Amino acid sequence: MSALLTVNGVSKAFGGLQALSDITLSVNTGEIFGLIGPNGAGKTTLFNTLTGLYTTDRGEIHLDQTRLDNRPPHRVLKAGLARTFQNIRLFAEMTALENVLVGRHARTKSGVIGAVLRLPATRHEEADSHDRAHALLQRVGIAQHANRLAKNLSYGDQRRLEIARALATEPSLLALDEPAAGMNPAERSALRELLLQLQADGLTLLLIEHDVKLVMGLCTRLAVLDYGVKIAEGTPDVVSRDPKVIAAYLGDESI
Amino acid sequence: MDIFLQQLINGLVLGSVYALVALGYTMVYGILELINFAHGEITMMGAMVSLAVIGALALAAPGLPGGVILLAGLAVAIPVCMALGMLIERVAYRPLRNAPRLAPLITAIGVSIILQNIAMLIWGKQYIPFPPILPQGRHDILGATISDTQIAILVLAVLIMLALILVVQKTRLGRAMRATAQSRQVASLMGVDVNRVIASTFIIGSALAAIAGVMVSAYYGLAHYYMGFLLGLKAFSAAVLGGIGNLGGAMLGGLLLGLIESFGAGYIGDLTGGFLGSHYQDVFAFFVLIAVLVFRPQGLLGARVVERA
Repeated sequence: MSALLTVNGVSKAFGGLQALSDITLSVNTGEIFGLIGPNGAGKTTLFNTLTGLYTTDRGEIHLDQTRLDNRPPHRVLKAGLARTFQNIRLFAEMTALENVLVGRHARTKSGVIGAVLRLPATRHEEADSHDRAHALLQRVGIAQHANRLAKNLSYGDQRRLEIARALATEPSLLALDEPAAGMNPAERSALRELLLQLQADGLTLLLIEHDVKLVMGLCTRLAVLDYGVKIAEGTPDVVSRDPKVIAAYLGDESI
Repeated sequence: MDIFLQQLINGLVLGSVYALVALGYTMVYGILELINFAHGEITMMGAMVSLAVIGALALAAPGLPGGVILLAGLAVAIPVCMALGMLIERVAYRPLRNAPRLAPLITAIGVSIILQNIAMLIWGKQYIPFPPILPQGRHDILGATISDTQIAILVLAVLIMLALILVVQKTRLGRAMRATAQSRQVASLMGVDVNRVIASTFIIGSALAAIAGVMVSAYYGLAHYYMGFLLGLKAFSAAVLGGIGNLGGAMLGGLLLGLIESFGAGYIGDLTGGFLGSHYQDVFAFFVLIAVLVFRPQGLLGARVVERA
């Protein structure tokens, strides 16, 4: 298997706090890679660093052959890395459909002149974007809510909409920050199905998740962060028996 | 002559010009929460540049139809103002994007003083007359008159506003603008080049300002290096009156301010028994503005940001 995402010795400090220390990991094409660890371990910091929100202090990040570190977020996205958020961050005042259409932005190019003059190329591109957006809403199961404002969707539907919006950017790697947070069991199993389908379609997934059952069942491999350090990496089986991981989650006294 | 209808026409014409300028303030505010105080001066530049072109053409080729000369003036003024708007954003605002909010406010005032002085150096302090190139036709409707220039201003303003609504609501750029207004960070993570969208916002606003500047100078028959100050102040007030950040609000606020001013001018003498004359129209307009804002500080349509309503 070839590595799609390689993170090589990435460090990031905020003032005196070392949020990430020398993180090295690689995600292979087609796998579902889990990122776990206690609260404050640096998982979301790593996501923010990967997606260009934070600059790195040291280290390199590559997606395929493209170097990602210290590039602006819209370039990282264009290179093929899209994400969702731990706290849902939709464009609340736009419809579900429009949210997905914003995701098409990086893959389209028509300008104002074309739109005002209704040039054929622009109309064609716009129609194509709408078709794709509708298909994605269908795919995540919220097609019936296309024209509702994002803020009026139920919590589970908002999470799905975030996934649809990220998929609209045509990523090769989709990074999901706690996609199952706050979902009920039925929503979780639907999410599980969706993620497996995406994997079957050839998408590579990077997943931060607290739901151990979901992670263990879905992920091909895992990395465990604690206090900004990678303390373990491997298949779910191996990782779950690692004494360092058990200590990180349950406290040292338990061993 | 029917005073009511006449003031209604005058107010709508004036108001539609205010609305065009107010849209520039409100779009920039919606996306950056920044008040671009140099916007009034961009309007002035639009008027001055177009008048320079129109004046030169009217002298050099007196045979040309007035409409053609006017279009030539617009064709130069619009790109000049667009470039100016883009330059101002790049030089005076972008470096201060993460600075405390007072900093870009001060650079905005600085830029507007610089633009006034540039205009004064180029065109001098005197009023520049608009050459009599436009058809002077007047039409009677129900006892009031409306001139060809007024009709042209109204029609053009309405068309431009409709086009703007279409752009913001239905196009790729408009969606990116609304997304950026709601969250710059998330928009950039979804692939929107935020700097480009912000620059586009300034460019579109400046194009509207250029057109409004030409309208004002054609309507009043003159332009002046200082004209941007009061015009900008009124348009900004109109944007606040409608609810700054809200496109519909800027349109409504502009029209209302124009109407208030014009009715104020028409009736203030009668209302005060002749104590105050029609030249108090500005006082009257701002008095209404203050009264509205005391009771509705968020403005009439009251959303904080473009389409956040």
